[in-house]
Amino acid sequence: MNTDYLELTGLTVSFDGFVAVDGVNLSVLKGDLRFLIGPNGAGKTTLIDAVSGLVQATGRAEFAGKDLLGLKVHRIARLGVGRTFQTATVFEELTVLQNLDIAAGAGRSPWTLLRKRSGVPAAVEEAMETVGLTALADTQAGILAHGQKQWLEIGMLLVQDARLLMLDEPVAGMSAEEKDETGRLLQRICADRTVVVVEHDMDFMRSFAKSVTVLHAGKVLSEGSVAEVQADPKVQEVYLGPGHHTAEEAAIVLGEGA
Amino acid sequence: MTSIFRSRYAVGIGFLVAAVLLFAVAPAVLTTFRLGLLGKYLCYAMVAVGIGLAWGRGGMLTLGQGVFFGIGAYLMAMHLKLADAGPGAVPDFMALISSEGVPWWWEPFRSGTVTIIAILVLPTLLAVLLGQATFRRKVRGAYFAILSQALAAAFAILLIGNPVATGGSTGLNNFKGFFGFSLRDPANRQMLYFIAAAALLVMVLVARQLMVSRFGELLVACRDGEERVRFLGYDPATVKTVAFAVAAMMAGVGGALFVPIVGIISPNDVGVVPSIGLLIGVAIGGRTTLAGPVLGAIAVAWAETSLSEQFPSGWTYVQGLMFMLVVAFLPGGLASLVKWRRTAKADPPPPPAAEKDLTPEPAGGAQA
Amino acid sequence: MDILVTQVFNGLSGGSILLLAALGLALTFGQMGVINMAHGEFMMAGAYTAYVCQQLLGSAGVSLLVSLPIAFLIGGLLGVVLEATLLRRMYHRPLDTLLVTWGVSLILQQLARDLFGTAGVDVAAPAWLSGPVEILGFAFPRSRLFILVLAIVAVVAVTLVLKLTPLGRRIRATVQNRQLAESAGISTRRTDMLTFFIGSGLAGIAGVALTLMGSISSNLGTSYIVDAFLVVIIGGIGQIKGAVIAAFVLGVAQSWIEYSTSASIAKVIVFALVVAFLQFRPQGIFQVRTRSLV
Repeated sequence: MNTDYLELTGLTVSFDGFVAVDGVNLSVLKGDLRFLIGPNGAGKTTLIDAVSGLVQATGRAEFAGKDLLGLKVHRIARLGVGRTFQTATVFEELTVLQNLDIAAGAGRSPWTLLRKRSGVPAAVEEAMETVGLTALADTQAGILAHGQKQWLEIGMLLVQDARLLMLDEPVAGMSAEEKDETGRLLQRICADRTVVVVEHDMDFMRSFAKSVTVLHAGKVLSEGSVAEVQADPKVQEVYLGPGHHTAEEAAIVLGEGA
Repeated sequence: MTSIFRSRYAVGIGFLVAAVLLFAVAPAVLTTFRLGLLGKYLCYAMVAVGIGLAWGRGGMLTLGQGVFFGIGAYLMAMHLKLADAGPGAVPDFMALISSEGVPWWWEPFRSGTVTIIAILVLPTLLAVLLGQATFRRKVRGAYFAILSQALAAAFAILLIGNPVATGGSTGLNNFKGFFGFSLRDPANRQMLYFIAAAALLVMVLVARQLMVSRFGELLVACRDGEERVRFLGYDPATVKTVAFAVAAMMAGVGGALFVPIVGIISPNDVGVVPSIGLLIGVAIGGRTTLAGPVLGAIAVAWAETSLSEQFPSGWTYVQGLMFMLVVAFLPGGLASLVKWRRTAKADPPPPPAAEKDLTPEPAGGAQA
Repeated sequence: MDILVTQVFNGLSGGSILLLAALGLALTFGQMGVINMAHGEFMMAGAYTAYVCQQLLGSAGVSLLVSLPIAFLIGGLLGVVLEATLLRRMYHRPLDTLLVTWGVSLILQQLARDLFGTAGVDVAAPAWLSGPVEILGFAFPRSRLFILVLAIVAVVAVTLVLKLTPLGRRIRATVQNRQLAESAGISTRRTDMLTFFIGSGLAGIAGVALTLMGSISSNLGTSYIVDAFLVVIIGGIGQIKGAVIAAFVLGVAQSWIEYSTSASIAKVIVFALVVAFLQFRPQGIFQVRTRSLV
């Protein structure tokens, strides 16, 4: 399982001439909890889109030794790549249990599909436990609270048995407690998976990131631990504008570690 | 929706009641003529079961079910005409307008077995081809609806344009026998009705199994979030194609049984207008439910027969109004009224679904 | 050579009719995602407007010119009423608008049958549009040339409105991003209504043009609506230039295939070609690229 890592080489995405992701090289190892940060338009979401097959890209995007570029979305998903979206996307008319059961079932045979679900699959049970939605198993996903939908999405990634998880702003709109819970959840599940998180929430990033990559204008600006990135003058420049900045100024924006 | 999944007994009892009504009550109280009319409605109901599956559960608004209905019907009609004519002979209408003899592609349908296989296979195959060609390229929604409508238009024009092979705008009619049984004999006509009733009940069972199965849940998921399904490792094109193909097969069988029961098939039964007309019953009954499309289709067909007898042009106004009012103001159909009353009585009211819209959109989430 | 010129001209002529029919649809479908099946009946209303005008005025030359603005107004008003009463509450259910407007179309057709009878009626073409005109040794029917010019004028007018007027800017903004347009202070309600007025008005004009092609009856709309929608699909949603290209390509293809096969098989071939085209360009000739999930 040592090959379970994400390796991007020269990944480039352009929309009608506009280069959104520009030759990004990036490796994320299993067990890592990598945060992608950067100002708006830096190409963070587009990068995830390219890896998950939503947009076309050039270069290489290897996971577990396979190049993902050019594959169809559902093929990439079957290779163990899962993602969430900025706005939680769950099947609103189906229950929590049904949502998770569908996520768990991509490999099911036609015969299994044509029968009724009998009982709750162990993986689904476990995922509901992990994301804390067991009590809401039979609730329609459409009436869940915002944070609960985000958790349901993460739960769907877990039962999908994704080995590479890419989350797009998983804590947007969550309360402080919900954020903490999500962070701890991410720390638990990243132990035997490769996890990439796109996030704007700097506090959240500081508390839970194991490593950070800063994107700017489609390129990798800086990479390292939270402290290393915060100390990087290039990062401070991008976030604060050009010129010399005091450590205090940097701390306000990037957190106390700077 | 959950109420349907849970109420095992209700479904069983409903099914039994339907069977008793169809097999015992209706033949006892209806004249042969009225029973034949009911048989015709049942054929429309078969199409409706499929539409409920494809449109209600799968979100595929198919405006071309008349094509599949028509293929089944014309195949059956060709076989009946050939059988009436006798081995090697030319059907009457063909001999009248042409001396060329039977077109080569008619010949296989002298065989009843070939015909039955073709009725089951050809509509399904066409649906699979169309489904793959569209769903795989993410052609859906309005695009798919309009393509299916264009198919219906082309099909009707093709039929009208080839009078020698298809009877043109008159269609095929005046059938004398059905697999060796005379269609003049009331007992045989009753037998046809029983076949239609049995076929409908089987289709309802098949549709129910598909709806409550994991496939059914997946189909709803494809309807509501096709892209999301893709990211879970499924190919929605396959899921939708299966549902569309099942709907096409049901329409094909409905058409095949329509021919001996009604005694005529013409482009007027399969073109754009009748194809869309098949949807109104489904909409009124409740497109996402199991029984709604069946009951709606039968009720609408019955209303059409009774109303057009008295006010020939009035029916069009009624049909138009139904499309406008039901789809605009009661999208769940009558079933949504029943369900709403039931929940109001039995369960505590569900949390308002509108709540999610009121939650203020977080600042971070607005970035896109 | 003769045949080539004739077929291409017939194709362009057929295409110009399709274009007139599809132009309004491209606006309403593009802006609101509303699939207005009654668009064909708005054309029918325009055609009967021309008929009534001629009955009242007598002179064919005057009545044609008078009926163009009246038909635009009548088509537009029908559209606004439809939008305001039924469609405005259904923007989140675009597929259902198809069925609702189908109901409207059934009623309008029956109304026309009850008012004008089931048999077709004729509108006499004015003297200045009768007979052929000779260009480079080829004879072209004046009426068809008139329709071609009318279609081009309509396209130019719509393009100018979209490009130059404040309304046009609002329409384009709404097409591209409805929510953003709303938050930028654009009244999408008023924009929608005006778009529907213009789009449906164009149907009325198309209807007047159709009276030059032959007798008119209650099912005039049904024979054009399917092809008009195909034009919008091939052109790409919200794209006027796409609709123009698609209409003429479809017109020429249809006339050519009809010439080399038969009218009945041509429809099937055209359908197969459209499906095949969508394999390569599922979103039409001109596609709008976005990053959004759905």
